[in-house]
Amino acid sequence: MASNIVIDPVTRIEGHLRMETEVTNGTVSNAWSTGTLFRGLETILKNRDPRDAWMLTQRICGVCTYVHGVTSVRCVEDAVGITVPDNARNIRNLLMGAQYVQDHIIHFYHLHLLDWVDITSALQADPTIAVTVDQGISSARTRDAAYFTAVKQKLSDFAGSGQLGPFANGYWGHSGYTLSPEMNLVLTANYLEALRLQTRIIKMHAILGGKNPHPQSLLVGGVSLNWNYSYASLIDFQNLCTEAQDFVNTFYLPDVTAIAKAYKDYAAVGGCDNFLCFGEFPQSAIEPDSLLFPRGAIFNRATAAVQPVDVANITEHVARSWYSGSAALNPAQGDTVPVYTGIDLDDKYSWLKAPRYQGQPMEVGPLARVMVAYGKGMAEMVQAVDSFLGDTGLSLSQMYSTIGRTAARAIETKVIADAMPGWTSQLLQQVQAGNNNNRTIFTMPAAGTGFALNEAPRGALGHWVNYSDTKIANYQIVVPSTWNFGPRDAANVAGPVEQALVGTPVANQQQPLEVLRVIHSFDPCIACAVHLVNPKNGDVVKITVR
Amino acid sequence: MNDDEKEKSALDFDFPGKGLSRRDFLKFCGVVAATLGLDASFIPRIAEAVTGPRPPIVWLHFAECTGCTEGFLRTTDPFVDDIILGTASLEYHETLMAPAGQAATDNLKNAVSKYAGQFICVCEGAIPTAENGIYGMVGGKTMLQIAKDVCPKALAVICLGTCASFGGLPAAAGSLTCAQGVHAALGGYPTINIPGCPPNPINLVSTIVNYLLQGTFPDLDAQGRPLFAYGNTHHNSCYRRNSPQCLRGLGCRGPETYLNCSSLKFNYATSFPVAVDAPCYGCSTPGFWDKGSFFNYNGSYGWV
Repeated sequence: MASNIVIDPVTRIEGHLRMETEVTNGTVSNAWSTGTLFRGLETILKNRDPRDAWMLTQRICGVCTYVHGVTSVRCVEDAVGITVPDNARNIRNLLMGAQYVQDHIIHFYHLHLLDWVDITSALQADPTIAVTVDQGISSARTRDAAYFTAVKQKLSDFAGSGQLGPFANGYWGHSGYTLSPEMNLVLTANYLEALRLQTRIIKMHAILGGKNPHPQSLLVGGVSLNWNYSYASLIDFQNLCTEAQDFVNTFYLPDVTAIAKAYKDYAAVGGCDNFLCFGEFPQSAIEPDSLLFPRGAIFNRATAAVQPVDVANITEHVARSWYSGSAALNPAQGDTVPVYTGIDLDDKYSWLKAPRYQGQPMEVGPLARVMVAYGKGMAEMVQAVDSFLGDTGLSLSQMYSTIGRTAARAIETKVIADAMPGWTSQLLQQVQAGNNNNRTIFTMPAAGTGFALNEAPRGALGHWVNYSDTKIANYQIVVPSTWNFGPRDAANVAGPVEQALVGTPVANQQQPLEVLRVIHSFDPCIACAVHLVNPKNGDVVKITVR
Repeated sequence: MNDDEKEKSALDFDFPGKGLSRRDFLKFCGVVAATLGLDASFIPRIAEAVTGPRPPIVWLHFAECTGCTEGFLRTTDPFVDDIILGTASLEYHETLMAPAGQAATDNLKNAVSKYAGQFICVCEGAIPTAENGIYGMVGGKTMLQIAKDVCPKALAVICLGTCASFGGLPAAAGSLTCAQGVHAALGGYPTINIPGCPPNPINLVSTIVNYLLQGTFPDLDAQGRPLFAYGNTHHNSCYRRNSPQCLRGLGCRGPETYLNCSSLKFNYATSFPVAVDAPCYGCSTPGFWDKGSFFNYNGSYGWV
């Protein structure tokens, strides 16, 4: 017999998401993803100086801060027809790299971990055994029984206070939580450690961006920084890179590996078939050839047959979204009007649109990046993936799963964290050599069109701009979580998360822990995902409510 | 208990979170005292205030980017793990809370009823008001309705960030959703506004500590902003104020922006935008998104 579970709000995510699943005989048989907030930034961008746009687009998201800023300046640089100096490219890569490391660590420990770890079970742990468990996860760890006794005491005091705050009313005791009390204690300790660590490593954004969230050193043409006083701060930056690298290698990746070993059943749940990656971290002005993470598409999990990407193949469907019309259009041609009609699963049910590539729903994000890079033989990625598979006993095809997606996030974090010290050294050498060329000086043409493709931590991101009289006529954004969390399309084909959820076992419909595991593995960012495409003719969009 | 004993008991508290030594804890109390403009004699009282019963906090997310929550996660005085486990009781916070769906909504309902008149309501994001608020829904209710239901039951409503304070980006020119700050959306309901994009989390912490310490919230300016943080201009405390590296010529809005970025700085007091040669864009000012370009593109860095 089938019954529906509604999760609204989905918590431990960015933004406002509702997920409805139909469960038949203890297994998810259908799913509907609904974005429940509409902000309409594209109309706000209209008539502004395109050089200002990054300040606004960066506010699309404060969790994936920076990414919409840097994509916007690249988009306008494309429209203007300039490239940026090597220093600026390097500084941007370092800011982006810091964002990835920070964002992925927060996602795993603070948004995803409680899907796997029963924090109440940690209260039963034996701190001496916890030491053995800890060193079994990573032999580089040196924490003793006194440490785990203190953490346990802290949790015990907290629980004893009766004020459980954010931990009240979790699905504690659910049969799906299968870790030992000691493993739960170790990972809860790391939840707290990671909260502390993320405050430190994001000082990287303060050094090169002035602050975090929303660093401020971008400019169309390069970066604002002038390097006549900040050599010492780059040494600090280098030290922070090392601290981040140590944490990823000693904690993040080993913890994810431990979760993967303990929850191998999730290597058979939550997979998608098609993957799209725009690529990121340009190592020179030549794109996409110089991208550290290569661009490509994978169809039907054919890892070895990565296809080239052509943005002309992107369309956006609105047939099942709260916009008028049903035509699927390319982002450069969108013409859509919001029309809210309430949640009707047989008709329209989301503010998100449904992007398709060659007509197919595509998963974007860490798994897409890692598998495209693996398929294209990127040495660092192949080594990191093979090492993970060796440690867990999983096969490459099992990467196409919930666990594979969560692991991919940690694997790519390692690759980035390992690359950042080298980028910092390059920058230091330039500064030492007196190269402070951080901006390309240009004359702003009165009109232009451009676009930029990019990889945000959550996946493939594209910005498109069209301006005249130095004012934006049309600005369009196609965002990772729109790809992943979009609804059905005109052909009634479900979006990637909607497909991934089908087949997920649900032990207790009152506590759909398993559904949350799959949803959170995608790291939803719904503020990013809801976007309106302007009418091409520039008319004011009219809103109708029916 | 005499004052010495009080001081001792507060400082002996086992402050949760690895690595927060007594020295760190006192440093935090010192930072809060300095931010609030109090002298050092208040430090023991601050220590005592933040280690008493934890004040319940209900944190509502409206039309936002979660940047203010991320800023809160970066709090270093005290660290966020210490706040969550030791200083406050975060009864409802969608980004951090373990439960989801109905279980989460139950927590909100329970907290609002159990702590009616006692909880601090922190609002993040603007409230879409067009068409009765249908552009923003949580748990099947409009954000507007949630604000109407929850805010009047709070001890105080703190609007964290410019969106919750004044509408911010969702309310900027060209917006379709009639988004408004909480004060305006609720027809002039009194709020404590801590604008910024995002604001420095120490200003939130200090506002709450002020209440714990003195039983009142800090004095506010005409825009509802605490004077301790918004009583002076960015420019007045800026280390480049009388320097050839002043960014005024590039459009810096520091001279007309009331905020303490230049004295507090961000992320372990590491830096702030002007220090990376980025002009202040006036993010604590109502309507700042619509006050023209953020950079004087005809200007130049005169010293380069």
